[in-house]
Amino acid sequence: MDILLAITVGGLYAAGIYMMLRRSVVKLLIGLGLLSHGANLLIFTAGGIVRGRVPVIPAGESQPLTAIADPLPQALILTAIVISFAVLAFALVLIYRTHQTLGTDDLDQLKATDT
Amino acid sequence: MNTQVAVILPIAIPLASMAISLLAWKSVAAQKVIGVVSSSLLLLSAAVLMWLVNREDILVLQVGSWPAPFGITLVADRLSSIMVMLAGLVMFAVSIYSLVTIDDRRVDYGFFPLIQLLLMGVCGAFLTGDLFNLYVWFEVMLIASFVLLTLGGERGQLEGAIKYVALNLMSSAAFLAAIGVIYAATGTLNMADLAVKLRSFPDEGIVSVLAMLFLIAFGTKAAVFPLFFWLPASYHTPPVAVSAIFAGLLTKVGVYSLIRAFTLLFITDLQFTHNLLLLIAGLTMVTGVLGAMAQSEIRRILSFHIVSQIGYMLMGLALFTPLALAGSVFYIIHHIVVKTNLFLIGGVAERRFGSGRLAAVGGLHQSMPLLATLFFLSAMSLAGVPPLSGFFAKLTLIRGGLEAESYAIVVAALVVSLLTLFSMTKIWAEAFWKPAPPNEASITVGSGSQFRRIALFGPVVALVAITVGIGLLAGPVITLSTATAEQLLDPDAYIEAVLPDRHVTESEPIPRDSVFDRTPAMHHASAVNRHSALDEYQQ
Repeated sequence: MDILLAITVGGLYAAGIYMMLRRSVVKLLIGLGLLSHGANLLIFTAGGIVRGRVPVIPAGESQPLTAIADPLPQALILTAIVISFAVLAFALVLIYRTHQTLGTDDLDQLKATDT
Repeated sequence: MNTQVAVILPIAIPLASMAISLLAWKSVAAQKVIGVVSSSLLLLSAAVLMWLVNREDILVLQVGSWPAPFGITLVADRLSSIMVMLAGLVMFAVSIYSLVTIDDRRVDYGFFPLIQLLLMGVCGAFLTGDLFNLYVWFEVMLIASFVLLTLGGERGQLEGAIKYVALNLMSSAAFLAAIGVIYAATGTLNMADLAVKLRSFPDEGIVSVLAMLFLIAFGTKAAVFPLFFWLPASYHTPPVAVSAIFAGLLTKVGVYSLIRAFTLLFITDLQFTHNLLLLIAGLTMVTGVLGAMAQSEIRRILSFHIVSQIGYMLMGLALFTPLALAGSVFYIIHHIVVKTNLFLIGGVAERRFGSGRLAAVGGLHQSMPLLATLFFLSAMSLAGVPPLSGFFAKLTLIRGGLEAESYAIVVAALVVSLLTLFSMTKIWAEAFWKPAPPNEASITVGSGSQFRRIALFGPVVALVAITVGIGLLAGPVITLSTATAEQLLDPDAYIEAVLPDRHVTESEPIPRDSVFDRTPAMHHASAVNRHSALDEYQQ
C-alpha cells in the first residue's frame, strides 16, 4: 500500500509540474491543484498507514491496546485541503479576470510587468 | 495579568480590528479610524512585548494550556519581538499613509480589513513555535496579499499577480511536503521538540533533504536567487501603500523563517547547509543589484534592491558567527524601515507625475525640497553611507565576514553596495535633479488640506527620523542585535523555555514510525508514547 501511494504521489507531482510548464494559464492552475494533492497524499503516506484501527481508546484504558492510525497527519491534511481549496478558488477568479481584461490565457503574452 | 498574554496580542489585535472593520463594511470613515487605532495598539503591544522579552529573554504561551509538544506553542524570543516591533512600525506608517492615497474603490472593496488580515498572518508567523502553524500563518498572509495585490484589477496587477500566486503556491506545496516528511521522520512538528530530535537523528541524508525542502519553501518567500522572479514581476503593480507594506514585511517573513530553521533545526551539518546558504547569499546580492541597474522605473529599481538586500541578511546567517548574525539582525531592522520608506517616497513622486518612469519625472528637488531631502537620506542609508543606519548594518556584516575569513562574500558585499549607491544616484539624478519634463500635466501633491499633507509626509518623516536615529544611536541597536544573535546561537535556551519538562522527549528514543523504517510495532510504540505522555499530563 505504501508503495502504491508513493507512486501515486510521484505521479501527481510529475503531472503537476508538467502542467505548470505548459503555456496556458488554465493548465498552470490545474498543475498547482495536482501539486497540492500530491503534497497532501505525501503527508498521508508519510504519517503511516494502518488499516481499520481507529484512534479511539477503549473505556477504562489509559492507552490504545493495538497499533492505531495516527490522527494528526489527517488533521493536517484536512487543514491543508481547506486552505488549498480557498486559494484555488481565488486563483480561478484571478485567471478569469485576467482573461477578461487581457483577452489571452497564454503565459508568453503576459510579460508586460516582467523585466 | 499574566505576562504571557502579551505574546498573543499582536495576533489578536489585527484579528479583532479586521472583524470590527468587516462589521463596519459600509462606513469608510469608521474603517479608517479602526485601522489607525488598531495599528497604534499593535505598535504599543509590540513595544510591551519587546520590553517583556528584554526582561525575561523568552516568553512562551502554550495555547489552550496544552503542553508542548502536543499543543500549539507561541514563542517570543528576541528575534521574534524585534520582527513584531518592525511589523507594527511598518503597519502604523502605512495605515496613515493609506488614509489619503488609497482610492475609494479599493477602500469599498475592503482594503482596510485586508491589511489587518495581512498583519495578523505576518505577526503569527513571527510568533509561532510550531511548523504547521507557521504554514497556516503563511497561508493567511498569502491569501491577504493575493487580494491586496489584485485589488483594483488593473492590467499590470493581474499579470503580476499570476506569477506571484503561482510561484508562492508552489513554495507552499514544497513547505507542506517538507512538513509531511519531517513529521514522518521525527513524529513532531513543535520546533523546540524538532530541534532536540533532529540533533540526534541517525540518518544525516534525510536531515539534509529536509533542510533543502525548507530552503526551497522559505527561500521562495524570501526571494533568494534563483527563486525570486515573482517579486520584481509583481511588486511595482499595486498601489504604493500596498507595495510598501509588501516590500517591508513579506520577504522578511521568509528571511525570519530561514533564520529560525537554520539556527534552530538544521545545525548538524553546517559544512553543507551554511556553505550553500553563503553561495545563495552572494548570488542573490549580485543578481538583485544587476537587475536593479537595468531598470528605469522607480518602484522596479527598488523591487530589485529588495532581492539584493535579502542576500545581505542571509550572509550573516550563512557565516553563523555571533558578529555576523548580529549584522543580519541589524540589517533586517535597517532594511525594513528604509525600504518601506523609499517605497512611500517613490509613491509621492509617482502621484505627482502619474508615473514612476524615470523619463517622466524630474525637477523634484525644486518643487518638493522636503521630499528630496527625505529621499536623499533614505537612499544614502540604503547604500550604506555613514552615519546612517545602513552603514553600521553593513559594517557589522563585513566585520563578521572578515572575522570568518570569507573574503569572497565580503568583496561581493562591498561591490554590491557600491552598485546600490550607483542606482540610488540614478533615481536621484533623474527624478530630483533633472529639470521637470515639459508639457507634463503634473498634479500637485500634498496641497489641499493640512490633514492630507500630514498623512502623506508624516509617516515618511517619522521613518527617516528612525533611520537617522539608528545611525546616530548605533550602539544600543548593535547591543540589541548582538544579544539577539547570541540567543539564536544558543538553541538550548529556546528548547528549555518551550519544553521545561524535557523528560518527555529525552527519555524517549526517536520514534521511528515513519516510512523510512517502519514496523507496525514501532508505530504502535510511538503512538502509545504520545498518549501516555498526554495522559501523564492530564492526571
